[in-house]
Amino acid sequence: MIGRMEKAARLIWPVLSLALVLVVLAALLSLGPMPLQRTATEAFIRLIVVIGIYIFIGNSGILSFGHVSFMAIGAYGSALLTIPPTMKKIVLDLPPFMTALQLPTIPAAVIAATLSSIFAFLIGVPLMRLSGISAAMGTFASLAIVYVVISNWKEVTGGASALIGLPVYADIWVTLIYALLALGLAYAYQESRYGRRLRASRENEVAALATGINVRRERLIAFVFSAFIVGFGGVLHAHFIGVLSSSSFYLDVTFITLAMLVIGGMNSLAGAVTGTIVVSVLGELLRLIEAGFDIGTVHLAAPRGLREVGLSFLMLMILLFRPQGLTSGREFAWPIAPRAG
Amino acid sequence: MTFVLQNIVDAISLGALYALTALGIGLIFGIMRLINFAHGELIMLGAYALFFTFGMHEAIMGLVAMALVIATAIVMERVAFRPLRRANPATLLIASFALAYFLQHLVLLIFGARPKSVTFLHELSGFFVVEGLRIPKLQVVTIAITIVLLVGLVVFFRRSSIGTQMRAAAEDFGMARLVGVRANSVIAIAFLLSGVLAGIISLLYVVQTGTLTPRMGVSLVLVAFVATVIGGMGSLVGAAVGGLVVGVLTVALQAVLTVELRPYRDAFVFAVLIGFLLVRPQGLLRGRSARERI
Repeated sequence: MIGRMEKAARLIWPVLSLALVLVVLAALLSLGPMPLQRTATEAFIRLIVVIGIYIFIGNSGILSFGHVSFMAIGAYGSALLTIPPTMKKIVLDLPPFMTALQLPTIPAAVIAATLSSIFAFLIGVPLMRLSGISAAMGTFASLAIVYVVISNWKEVTGGASALIGLPVYADIWVTLIYALLALGLAYAYQESRYGRRLRASRENEVAALATGINVRRERLIAFVFSAFIVGFGGVLHAHFIGVLSSSSFYLDVTFITLAMLVIGGMNSLAGAVTGTIVVSVLGELLRLIEAGFDIGTVHLAAPRGLREVGLSFLMLMILLFRPQGLTSGREFAWPIAPRAG
Repeated sequence: MTFVLQNIVDAISLGALYALTALGIGLIFGIMRLINFAHGELIMLGAYALFFTFGMHEAIMGLVAMALVIATAIVMERVAFRPLRRANPATLLIASFALAYFLQHLVLLIFGARPKSVTFLHELSGFFVVEGLRIPKLQVVTIAITIVLLVGLVVFFRRSSIGTQMRAAAEDFGMARLVGVRANSVIAIAFLLSGVLAGIISLLYVVQTGTLTPRMGVSLVLVAFVATVIGGMGSLVGAAVGGLVVGVLTVALQAVLTVELRPYRDAFVFAVLIGFLLVRPQGLLRGRSARERI
């Protein structure tokens, strides 16, 4: 009996510990002033995106520069489904049934994230044939294509001007709940047979193929599933900011989310969470320095760009001195050592 | 007729610029499997060096810019890439991405995000008029420089000892080291050469546009990625050919696409990249080192 409970604790602990950290953080930060709560909300949204990216990169070992395009599709998809028709008539030029359509936020979010998955499936079928550098380039090209399209498709996305009028519902508690869900799903996937097969192919592709694993299919499953989570992150981003512009779905977000994953350690879920927390805290500190502070009557402020310089420097240092990331690619293990025998 | 000829001239000179950028990236890739994102930032640094030294004699401006770019390229290799040489290509790629981001924002920190303008070699902004065809002097210069550099590189790789060593390293790095090729010097010289190429592009680019922003290198380097893939990763001639092809493709799309579709031009270029990755991953010219090593 005790043995079975201990086994269960061992299995559940890696994800439970992370969830506890998130809940405690949310509870503490929700007591803080509004700007701090907004920072926390943004960090939870980033976390969902990073967990989504981790599901693919972490388990498959294949680099993707294209996941932010799923975020964009989720965000714009949900925007089109939730902006009031009167508003849509003014700013966009949609077919009548799309203009008239307005869904409650949760179905809209699920549909939008599913759209991301469908898109991931369509580009994944050809792209999952690639590996190594070719895969990185291919996913990058898909990001560039999505970016060019949403920046110019005036009728549907508003083009270069920002898309406004989205209902704002993502606060710290809503994003916490979705972040916990994403965490649970990611862990369930990675411990499932699909996740294990894919991780086997990450360690040794030839050996995985030899044991009968259909590596391309496993990669495609992870790609589509991770697109759903990242798409959901995009949805929450949209309903947190309330305004969408295409430039917020390109290289900057790609860099920051990859930085979070690399700094934490891209081979474990604990790494995704740790990286997001460390980078968010550090980014916020650097941003405070950028904004400046007063000493007596003197106002000191660092020039813009300090945050990015600091983060990219940290990322380089981690790559040079701790290439497996802060967590070394391990999960948080059950703290009590197994008894002998 | 004039329209067609004009477009051909445009395509060749744009292609020449892309070819030079792609060569700088292809050179490094061939030897150490690194796609150097930060190559675009080398170009950007050169342009800012011109801005910083503006007002001095133009020869000094050019020399300072070249020196800075070459020095940065060498330091980059020594500090960031040498310790990672045994890491896998994905780690190298992320490192170069971080480095690019670092340099970009360092310049932003110092000079601000607003575009700067600088005039350099103003004499080159005129036109030659031939039979009703207006050929910008700069395009002629760009094409001439590209040809000279290409011939120079070919001679260097074929005739000089270090050039031969570099070709050997590009073919099989481990084997080359076993027969006595010095890894450090070969890679350092590859970065030096890519710095020279980047510096020259900075000069040409500033003459052409006159404006600079911290992000100016990004779009150039993205195009160069497309060029190296199309040309064949790991093949130098392929990189040059790929650059030319992308230049021609861009100008052709600009001329052929309808007004509504023209903003999507770059999406078509990237779609061609994906097509190549899927259908002909070895590119137009197969580099002998193109296969992934186990």
